[in-house]
Amino acid sequence: MSTFATGAVLAQGDFYTDRSASGGSCVSANGFCPGWIADNFDQYLVPLRQHALLTITAVAIGFAIAFSLALISERRRWLVGPITQLSGILYTVPTLAAFFLLLPVTGRGFVTAEVALVAYTLLILFRGVRTGLDGVPPETVDAARGVGLTERQLMWQVKLPLALPQIVAALRVASSTTVGLATLAFFAGGGGLGGKIYADLTFKSNVVLAGLLCVLLAAAIEIVLVLVQRRLTPWMRAVQG
Amino acid sequence: MMSHFALPLPSGTLIVDALDFIVHGRLSTDGTPIGGPGQLWEFGRVHLELAFGALLVASLIAVPLGLVLGHYRKGEVVAIAASNVGRAVPSLALIALFVAFLGTGFLNVGLALVLLAIPPILTGTYVGVAAVDREIVDAARGQGLTEFQIVRQVELPLALASVFGGLRTSAVNVVATATIAPLAGVLTLGDLIISSSVYGDAGRLGGSIVVALLAVLTELGFAAAQRAATPKGLRSSHRSRRRSPAPPVLTSTTTSRSTP
Repeated sequence: MSTFATGAVLAQGDFYTDRSASGGSCVSANGFCPGWIADNFDQYLVPLRQHALLTITAVAIGFAIAFSLALISERRRWLVGPITQLSGILYTVPTLAAFFLLLPVTGRGFVTAEVALVAYTLLILFRGVRTGLDGVPPETVDAARGVGLTERQLMWQVKLPLALPQIVAALRVASSTTVGLATLAFFAGGGGLGGKIYADLTFKSNVVLAGLLCVLLAAAIEIVLVLVQRRLTPWMRAVQG
Repeated sequence: MMSHFALPLPSGTLIVDALDFIVHGRLSTDGTPIGGPGQLWEFGRVHLELAFGALLVASLIAVPLGLVLGHYRKGEVVAIAASNVGRAVPSLALIALFVAFLGTGFLNVGLALVLLAIPPILTGTYVGVAAVDREIVDAARGQGLTEFQIVRQVELPLALASVFGGLRTSAVNVVATATIAPLAGVLTLGDLIISSSVYGDAGRLGGSIVVALLAVLTELGFAAAQRAATPKGLRSSHRSRRRSPAPPVLTSTTTSRSTP
């Protein structure tokens, strides 16, 4: 049918790893093998740590940028549109394409993966901070001005605390999204759990374990964020309780 | 292997090379033609068939389900949790699971993409219908409309912008995720990126450019559709302020994404 050369990766047999040596009838039958997982779990720890590092770094840098942009746009309203559109375009480009579009600029490795991952968090985080700030009731702002707060005090003591739930919600979405996207970071030489998935794509135990670790990592980060939010907004608990 | 991309080589050369790969194509090391409009079209067609086939099936499932759940205001937990869980499962892991348990091929990858595309559409539809003013629905009921007519003639039109918001998120998701379909034996445009031993660096960058353009075009197309689907009365810019702010989970799910 095709007169072109194609890369049909599976046909090339790139990922059929010979597992017959690693023992157990369960493994050779490609079942789901708790025994194999227990024996090989330690091989997943380094990728897991890389994955966590990729995610946390990307969300932290992305948040620093998005938060600054949101604060700047508080005074200069006309910036909100252009920033949203620009980060929207960055958000649309598929990660895999972004990695290789960056290749001529940043080469291969952790930095390339990070730049692409940070670019993805911007839209989510910028929107989250803006939604939070825009949701502060005008009466509250007027009251704060009325009691003599400066603009800076108004921002840090009134608006941001009230916007915190929205900001944390955005951080949670950004984190779990980034955990997912970081599975592709190994294509850019950034490591992570994606490399484990790709290395043996047809082995059930491997795919389930690596996938599960991704989901657990995302859940762990979200739980930490929820705990931080509770800590920072004691008044919310008073309302709920 | 990629180290020669570092500064010594003027990066412009590679970009020119990549564009040449797209426009003219070339011969691979073993003499078979690669790249060029012919092969890009072949890959692009599979890419679009896979992505939009999955989107179609997903919307046939998710829109009716979202309408029913939203109309009766039931299953909010399901509609919202679907998105949150969907976001946490990396698309690479999802495709790998399908490959490991069901095998490779167009149908299996398509199924994985359907699963990926359902949550945003379901949430978008549910949120849109559930946000319709109860008084409007009561008024419609008072006029003697049947429940089906209320859904069809009142709730759906008012929820359409939100439905299209979900479709837009899913469309961009599946177009992006179809890029990794070659891992499961379906040759989409992603093959140019993934199989670097065949296409070289020019093919890799060229493929990235084409895939990025495709995703941006999909986004722009659905954004236009979403605008067109929004009833005129709801288009004014201050409407988001008027409505009570949606709970964080709802607003956040519309931007969720866990795809390549």
